[in-house]
Amino acid sequence: MKKSLLFAVIALFSASIYAGGYRVSTQGQRALAMGHSGVAVVNSAELAFFNPAGLVYLENKLNVSAGVTGVISNVRWQNTQTGNFAETENNLSTPFYVYASYKVTDWFTVGLSAYTPYGSSVEYPTDWAGSHLINDIDLQAIYIQPLVSLKVSEYFSVGGGPIFVTGGVNFNRNINRTLTNEEGNRGNVEIDASNVTNMGWSASFMFNPTEQLRIGMNYRSEIILEAEDGDATFSNIPNSPLAPVENGTVAFDASLPLPAEFTVGLSYEFCDKWLFAFDYNRTMWGVYNSLDINFAPEGIPDSVNPRNYKNSSTYRFGIQYEALEDLTLRLGYYFDESPVRSGYFAPETPRNDSHGYTGGFSYQITPSIAVDASFVYLRFEEVQESYDYYQENGQNVSFGGTYKSNAFLPGLGVTVKL
Amino acid sequence: MKNYIKYITAVTLGVALVSCEPEFDKSVEDGDYYSSGEADFSNYVALGNSLTAGFADNALYIQGQQNSYPNILAQQFKLVGGGEFTQPLMSDNIGGLLLNGEQITNTKLILDVGASGSPAPTNIQGTPSTEITNTLSGSFNNMGVPGAKSYELLAPGYGNAAGLQAEPKTANPYFVRFRSSAETTVLKDAVAQNPTFFSLWIGNNDVLGYATSGGVGVNQTGNLDPKTYNRNDITDPNVFANFYSQEVEALTASASGGVLINIPDVAATPFFTRIPFDPITPAALGDRITQLNQTYAQLNQAFAFIGVPERSIQFSTTGPSAVVIQDESLTDISEQLTQVLMAGGLPQTQATIYGMQYGQARQATENDLILLTSQSAIGTVNTERVQELVGLGVPQELAGQLSINGVSYPMEDQHVLIPAEQEEIATVTATYNATIEAIATSKGLAFVDANTLLNNVANGGVMYDGGIITSEFATGGAFSLDGIHLTPRGYAVIANKIIEEVNETYNATVPKVNVGTYRGDPAIGSGVME
Repeated sequence: MKKSLLFAVIALFSASIYAGGYRVSTQGQRALAMGHSGVAVVNSAELAFFNPAGLVYLENKLNVSAGVTGVISNVRWQNTQTGNFAETENNLSTPFYVYASYKVTDWFTVGLSAYTPYGSSVEYPTDWAGSHLINDIDLQAIYIQPLVSLKVSEYFSVGGGPIFVTGGVNFNRNINRTLTNEEGNRGNVEIDASNVTNMGWSASFMFNPTEQLRIGMNYRSEIILEAEDGDATFSNIPNSPLAPVENGTVAFDASLPLPAEFTVGLSYEFCDKWLFAFDYNRTMWGVYNSLDINFAPEGIPDSVNPRNYKNSSTYRFGIQYEALEDLTLRLGYYFDESPVRSGYFAPETPRNDSHGYTGGFSYQITPSIAVDASFVYLRFEEVQESYDYYQENGQNVSFGGTYKSNAFLPGLGVTVKL
Repeated sequence: MKNYIKYITAVTLGVALVSCEPEFDKSVEDGDYYSSGEADFSNYVALGNSLTAGFADNALYIQGQQNSYPNILAQQFKLVGGGEFTQPLMSDNIGGLLLNGEQITNTKLILDVGASGSPAPTNIQGTPSTEITNTLSGSFNNMGVPGAKSYELLAPGYGNAAGLQAEPKTANPYFVRFRSSAETTVLKDAVAQNPTFFSLWIGNNDVLGYATSGGVGVNQTGNLDPKTYNRNDITDPNVFANFYSQEVEALTASASGGVLINIPDVAATPFFTRIPFDPITPAALGDRITQLNQTYAQLNQAFAFIGVPERSIQFSTTGPSAVVIQDESLTDISEQLTQVLMAGGLPQTQATIYGMQYGQARQATENDLILLTSQSAIGTVNTERVQELVGLGVPQELAGQLSINGVSYPMEDQHVLIPAEQEEIATVTATYNATIEAIATSKGLAFVDANTLLNNVANGGVMYDGGIITSEFATGGAFSLDGIHLTPRGYAVIANKIIEEVNETYNATVPKVNVGTYRGDPAIGSGVME
């Protein structure tokens, strides 16, 4: 316990990562320790995220799970043709979750959850070689969801509920590759939108054909975050009618999709103390076609940034072993396919395919309170990639190089069963 | 104790996490990619004139200096063992110099939309803050001194402020700012730094002053004493060779290598190509065109009678017409012309004035180069000439009609480079360049043919990732608003060529820069600082 706490404290002093695009898969320490698989695992209130239908199978009346993960990600970039190189600042982002379920009757459970499945925090050195694409980004979205879980029989249950999302984004980049003001400072635009809200839903079922085998399916709908009347602030623009924009703040509209996610998987108990779990995620990233920022004034050309993401899959494997009465150990692995197509590799989400290696444990402090710890090492292959759709004078100008990223995700949580 | 070990383990693990940053298989930063070959870039010193200093938009200012080709090179050299590169940075980004509080040079040019509504180069507003008598301390890797001629790098007292008052000046305000002592030379201050690598780009001003003054100076070929030269004169090629080789000799004493850059063709710069020879439109002449052509018809008859029909002058009523220029290489036929005009019935006074005014006149052809700085003079009334004519007894109104620059009054020598002057410049430039290349070869130094490079920019342009770089004024991307000096992008093109040649000569693999990331657009603004 102390060790884990210290661990988290040290993590605060270090720096972010997203599972494909800007999806951050840290919605439960127990599941995360098993490769973030859990659509068919009945274990704790983490089911509120992974499969609400399973909540009704929890033995206790009241279940609460909460946790936070420190996401420390690093991106290095270099271009061997020019000798330019850069490294992201060590930012720490802290996705969290809080889940609670309450068994009303034997066949009916209600729940409430708050979690942060999408987010991004990347900060390059200001005015770096790719600063015309991004200096830094901070994207956050909090999902709040009331849930119901209905037991149809011992073999089958359904669940789900509406999702309320509130999110915000802050994004900073330079106006183009060369514009400076009279003082020589690079022209810059920062867009900021907060308290953007929208709604969605999720629905799931669980099927238990045998004592040992469970099968689950969960679907979370797409939610488009539509920022209206956000603030776009232009700075360091030369004071001239010949400049493309003027210094100052204007309104903008933009939309960012939080794509739908479909999960199907199974869990199998064996040799009494062992559990194997497998999840397959399909994330509908295809919806993220282009990031378009429409500035309110007519005179300012809209910023059109093709993304052309593709739907992507993640394969998750986990294993759990009840080592002692009060100690459960977990291990996992996942393969996360990048939704980014070649040639669309923008440094704001520098993501290629990754391998996640996970581990963790739960320690039962009292019969009703357990501490959950997890750790993920996310490894990316070194990749030679470029973003080819930045426009300068009506011409595509490529920005590329070699990227190498990794991420560490230590996480700590607590599970309460009453 | 057991707990203690736990803590140690946890802390170690935490630290390991922080330090566990991704590593490239081969890292640019760690020097896995590039080699300096046989060159040692640890102390690179650049010697030269305005081009080396990073002069642009008719001024020296911080941003220009940061984009000087030596600074661009030095940043790339850092990947192969290059050290810090210091520059005598100006105090501000508006340019211009103060001497004892008095402004002695203009601020930089920016493209501004004036009252006319069309963009034009304008001096940025503001008062310069660079006081040249506040001599900077320390040595500087960038020894580019705007305005310096080949022999001036060896001139003692070139940094002595007192010499700025002499006539002709014996000092240079830019060097006054950063010389180590009043009596040192530019070369001495460069050599004192024990450069391990050097670049030398000098000699441009030895012809440029003559060119930008429309050839009013003297071609000093044959005169071996540079002390007798004026600013606008052409330096004797032997004088150039003598001083140039002394400079190379001194620099090679400590250096592992160096690069020599030759002199571009001044005629390939927008300063000489921007203004067409035929900028006069029927619309600009308006109602006057008939009367002008009638007057010139009389002259043309006289030209034909004298046997020089090629000097005929006529303005087209449908298309652009060439300006009328004074060509001092033509035989002066003033007296004959006066006689013929009188014989034709013109009163003596008028005939005499015509004779004087058109004795060496002709219309420009595509072979004449009109100076960028002369643009504003074309079609305007030459008030000095009006005074002269009035003094000769010509009525005010007629005097005015006869004094329109390039229309009724031939453009004076300082506005035009006629073919004879261009040839002088070309000949001397070629001689200088032969010297530079020969010295590079004999010393085993890298040689950069900036002449060919900038001719390529002027003829067809060079490609970069965002398009094409040409010599088109203001929009081409290579030349700054003064039409002579380069934009950051233009300097980056030069830097890449230097890297190419240095790599070749010294078996090095210094990476080139992406010129697209350097500004090619004209500097804009209104000068109102925020």
